[in-house]
Amino acid sequence: MFDSLSDRLGATLDGLRGQGRLSEDDINRAMREIRLALLEADVNFGVVREFVAAVKERALGADVLQSLTPGQQVVKIVHEELTELMGTAGSGLSFASRPPTVILMAGLQGSGKTTACGKLARLLAKQKRSPAMVACDLQRPAAVQQLQTLGKSLQVPVFDQGVDADPVEVAAWGVEQARAQGRDVVIVDTAGRLHVDEELMGQLVRIKDAVKPHNVLLVLDSMTGQDAVSVAERFAEAVDYDGVILTKLDGDARGGAALAVRSVTGKPIKYVSVGEKLDQLEPFHPDRMASRILGMGDVMSLIERAQEQISEKDAKEMEAKLRKAEFTLDDFLDQLRQVRKMTAGQGMAGLLGMLPGVGRQVKNLKVDERQVDRVEAIILSMTPAERRNPRMIDGSRRKRIAAGSGSSVQQVNQLLGQFKQVQKMMRQIGKGKMPQFPGLGTR
Amino acid sequence: MFRTGDDEPGAAVETEEPTGLFRRLRDSISRSRRAMAQQLAAAVLDPSDDEVWERLEEALIQADCGVPATVAVVERLEAEAGAGTIATAEQLTARLQEVIAELMAPPADARIDVSHAPSVLLVTGVNGTGKTTTIGKIAWHLREAGRTCVIGAADTFRAAAGEQLETWADRAGADFVGSQSGADPAAVAFDAVAAAEARSRDVVIVDTAGRLHTQSHLMDELRKIHRVIAQRLDGAPHEVLLTIDATTGQNGLQQARLFAEAVDVTGIVLTKLDGTAKGGIVLAIAHELGIPVKLVGVGEGIEDLRPFDARDFARALFSADS
Repeated sequence: MFDSLSDRLGATLDGLRGQGRLSEDDINRAMREIRLALLEADVNFGVVREFVAAVKERALGADVLQSLTPGQQVVKIVHEELTELMGTAGSGLSFASRPPTVILMAGLQGSGKTTACGKLARLLAKQKRSPAMVACDLQRPAAVQQLQTLGKSLQVPVFDQGVDADPVEVAAWGVEQARAQGRDVVIVDTAGRLHVDEELMGQLVRIKDAVKPHNVLLVLDSMTGQDAVSVAERFAEAVDYDGVILTKLDGDARGGAALAVRSVTGKPIKYVSVGEKLDQLEPFHPDRMASRILGMGDVMSLIERAQEQISEKDAKEMEAKLRKAEFTLDDFLDQLRQVRKMTAGQGMAGLLGMLPGVGRQVKNLKVDERQVDRVEAIILSMTPAERRNPRMIDGSRRKRIAAGSGSSVQQVNQLLGQFKQVQKMMRQIGKGKMPQFPGLGTR
Repeated sequence: MFRTGDDEPGAAVETEEPTGLFRRLRDSISRSRRAMAQQLAAAVLDPSDDEVWERLEEALIQADCGVPATVAVVERLEAEAGAGTIATAEQLTARLQEVIAELMAPPADARIDVSHAPSVLLVTGVNGTGKTTTIGKIAWHLREAGRTCVIGAADTFRAAAGEQLETWADRAGADFVGSQSGADPAAVAFDAVAAAEARSRDVVIVDTAGRLHTQSHLMDELRKIHRVIAQRLDGAPHEVLLTIDATTGQNGLQQARLFAEAVDVTGIVLTKLDGTAKGGIVLAIAHELGIPVKLVGVGEGIEDLRPFDARDFARALFSADS
């Protein structure tokens, strides 16, 4: 498997530092690495070719060898070019001057349309709008129930006419219902369809004509390969969508399909879906997507998530403790739980995958969440006094704690050793930063 | 399609017309594919053409075969051409298909093992890859082959997943074992096996919730389902099928790797092959992990499931007008 592009370009170019000019050979080797990295990320073949040509030109023009790390310089160029290609940050939806605003969802089977409808409805409700949904996927069994279930959990009305109706009529009727009930946004879910299915694509066009949507969104699976280009093109020809929702980005797909959509159709990516829970829909950030495609990790998202999960009060308390250097095992446990909250739904590996340079290696890292459970069990088996002052934990206490938490004395020793390290580190860090946990389950 | 244990090959649904798949593939039109295909056709893979290897590489990459598998195929053919064993376009085309078919290396028997009483099939995969639909189709084909079937709805997570599966079970004439939403999926799997034994059904198919291979808690849950089935019935599950969407890119390799680590995948079902995607990622999977493809999904109809044919697949990777 390939490492991140940074590592690869570093290996190719960093040895040449200070040599004045890049030879044609050097540059070609570097471009080959870029080409491989992009293909590995599912960027379309044709797009890769044009892109690499553009990067080559810029790399030749820039004095990359004057830099201490020529590899990083080229990575920077690649990243900038990619970011630019990705377009602007999540341009939102357009809203009708006379509500309701109609949003039509389209896409292949299994791309995540119905779930995306629910997520979008939740997002809109959070923005103080009053959304409704219309169930026009009469193709897949129980799709209507699925949307109804989502609607119920969100307390958003869902209009449906069962499965024996005509989807075009249901769509028009549903929008009227929403209007009559004073909803200001109405999201129309449609059946998944293959872009080459003339009949179903025709139906989609008729639905569009019937409801005159203010926004047509293509839902695209981030794991899509080279075929993303034909999907994006055909849907654009049929319904001329306004933007894309990129789904399943909580996995480890690099998402090069996003680039294909952008460069072939010019349509912006509006939202990205990053988990199965209904609140996991986020605005699109081109620079982050560029980093992801290059396997550079997504630090910004990680920081944001950390900020979301750790309340300001918690952070202040922690800071005070750090200043007084009285970091206890209770605090250690708190931190552990916060980390766990941040990783909720995707595990430690998911979180680590967002760190730069870690991305591709996570699969070998094997973060053992059971070990986190064990640490928790061990700490919970200590008395409050022990947690405040681990120094008092002698041999017989260790035995008791081990028995109480179903672990071995060695494991208790190990944890106490780790804690000591953390404590020491915390004293050094001073304040404000998120501490790292050495040795936490990396085996 | 199925290995039934009865010694009559005619019992299995193997007489399926392979041309059906091709007709469908050809029926589908895509402008960009066409443009590509025209380029390819213009060269007609002439081994004396210097650019032929680049074109070949391009075609394989465009089909999502991935760089390592593509390089493996092209290098091998290039070596043969260098040695003089491939001289004409016809020879190259033929060898190309052979090499790919070899790489796909089906085991001695690529049929679905339903020779036990009951046989348990566990079906798993990433969200939206077509697990539930595939199960409906397998159940239908089983009935066509004269086998009775219980379907267990162990996707207790996604809204209305149970209802979706029950509809398919009805269509396929299979028994259905459901559960409350949020129930323990392993318990549902257990119940489904018990029901099949009590009612003397031939095959149990267990559906599971779609999960991303990176979600370690859900992969643990899958391990548990597998474990519980194994404890309930010796030797079960007899097949663990992983659905891979033909439109999937290079991430499919990682999916196969992590699912196989968790539950010892016995075969892949390549779904949605009726679009313009070629499903070349299964070549990368076979190349790197050696997991065979057993079935292909070619449409939304209940009968639209076929045994995998490596040569058909190889031909479709390059079929000019698909």
